[in-house]
Amino acid sequence: MSDANAAPQGKIKWGRVRQSRRISDKLLRVFATTSTMLAVFVLFWILGMLIWKGGQGISVDLFTKITPGPGSQGGGLLNAIVGSIVLTFLGIAIATPIGVMAGTYLAEYGKGSKLADLVRFINDILLSAPSILIGLFVYVILVMPFQGYSGWAGSVALAIIALPVIVRTTEDMLRLVPNSLREAGAALGAPPSIVIRQISWRAAKAGIVTGILLALARIAGETAPLLFTALNNSFWFNWNLTGGISNLPVTIYAFASAPYDNWQQLAWAGALLITGAILALSIGARSLLNRK
Amino acid sequence: MSQMAVQDAPSAAAPNKDAQVCIGVKNLDFYYGGFHALKNINMNFFDRQVTAMIGPSGCGKSTLLRVFNRIYSLYPEQRATGEVMLDGRNIISDNVDINELRARIGMVFQKPTPFPMSIYDNCAFGMRLYEKLSKSELDDRVEQALRKAALWDEVKDKLKQSGMGLSGGQQQRMCIARTIAQQPDVILFDEPTSALDPISTGKIEELIEELRADFSIVIVTHNMQQAARISQYTAFMYLGELIEFGPTTKIFMEPQQKRTLDYVTGRFG
Repeated sequence: MSDANAAPQGKIKWGRVRQSRRISDKLLRVFATTSTMLAVFVLFWILGMLIWKGGQGISVDLFTKITPGPGSQGGGLLNAIVGSIVLTFLGIAIATPIGVMAGTYLAEYGKGSKLADLVRFINDILLSAPSILIGLFVYVILVMPFQGYSGWAGSVALAIIALPVIVRTTEDMLRLVPNSLREAGAALGAPPSIVIRQISWRAAKAGIVTGILLALARIAGETAPLLFTALNNSFWFNWNLTGGISNLPVTIYAFASAPYDNWQQLAWAGALLITGAILALSIGARSLLNRK
Repeated sequence: MSQMAVQDAPSAAAPNKDAQVCIGVKNLDFYYGGFHALKNINMNFFDRQVTAMIGPSGCGKSTLLRVFNRIYSLYPEQRATGEVMLDGRNIISDNVDINELRARIGMVFQKPTPFPMSIYDNCAFGMRLYEKLSKSELDDRVEQALRKAALWDEVKDKLKQSGMGLSGGQQQRMCIARTIAQQPDVILFDEPTSALDPISTGKIEELIEELRADFSIVIVTHNMQQAARISQYTAFMYLGELIEFGPTTKIFMEPQQKRTLDYVTGRFG
């Protein structure tokens, strides 16, 4: 840099980029874009068909009449909707306290302990366990001994599916709480129980609630575990959870393959309802997290 | 940084020669797992004086600070041996209630640590833990603390709003208010201004100067002018050892150790 006025002399000459690299660059872009289009196309195909076929079945009757018997006309999904809501919320009500406390143990108390590592590992396995397996498990422990399908068994199965989701998000969200906040709480003389309840939980609240909502969305559409546990019934919902309970996923499963037109129509409408509910839950969860 | 710059900085009040010993440290060693971080520290901290801890990164000054309120006990692999006497008790022995100790020794951290709650609740947090106060007493103490922390005028109309919404400098003063509201004996400052702009830094320094009337203060700082400006005593640490400790003017003007001289004149560190 002795002479500042000298023309800059590039050490690297123009034209070094080979034609083959330009082509491979373009190819990758085209391939990635096409794949995205394909995936999105299939997704919209499903959604479109659902809205088209399910939308035709949306009527006042859907929400006011119970599932029709074989061969009878009309009918709605009222009992299935109410049953699904009860099963889902009961499942979440069972899973939330256990899941939040377990996640708290993993993030706050079990740091570096072997037990926590083991629990975390098993939780991850449970997270990806096939739901039919959980249905079978609950069938063996809660349906066979009591000689009958029941709403309780159904909500326990749903709770077991929701549990690992809640444990995982609770732990992750608590880990995002900076340690300096815990130290600041401790530095004022707060024992761990107060630091956790008043500082960590509060700081992670939006994230933990999001996890619970996502777990709710996850179990709202589960069919396999309910097939083995709550099964179904075609009567008006009553609060007797010791018997089989009507619910949307199993109703869809049964009605979609039935030979009656009105049943098939109800199955589509039910599928649309569940999808809409899950979509609303997911959007709600996401906006809650972003608002933080 | 030249020695001149430090000497030109407006200096703090002279040390009070009659001050009582507030924290007495004897043969203190500290370990992070296998790492020997503090080596045989012996020194006294005086009542209602500001003591600055200076030294290069990793010299152990923050570690020493974290011994005094035993915040290190949160981490099982960290341990201290020796004697740290406060009010007739060795605080690093096990028969001291750690939470009670921490209520008596407040700490302000490097980065502001507002709790996710209202400004009022932030300030009342420590008091609610150990004192049964009526609503009006609590209101009074919160106001006093915020006034002392020079924050009252800025937040008096929004006490119910979240403390997270304040600026960095305001958050740090809120954390100071939260600490002094508890009326501790000692306040530990761990580089309280290193995350703040010069104006907020100036406010916090003024504040520390005023707090000296009521509290014993230990401050860790990377900024030597800051140490010269606000402290009566200064301790210079290096590689886990206490190299030199004495009145601030002496440490900066006529240090006895060559390493201290090299550090305060900016030859290393």
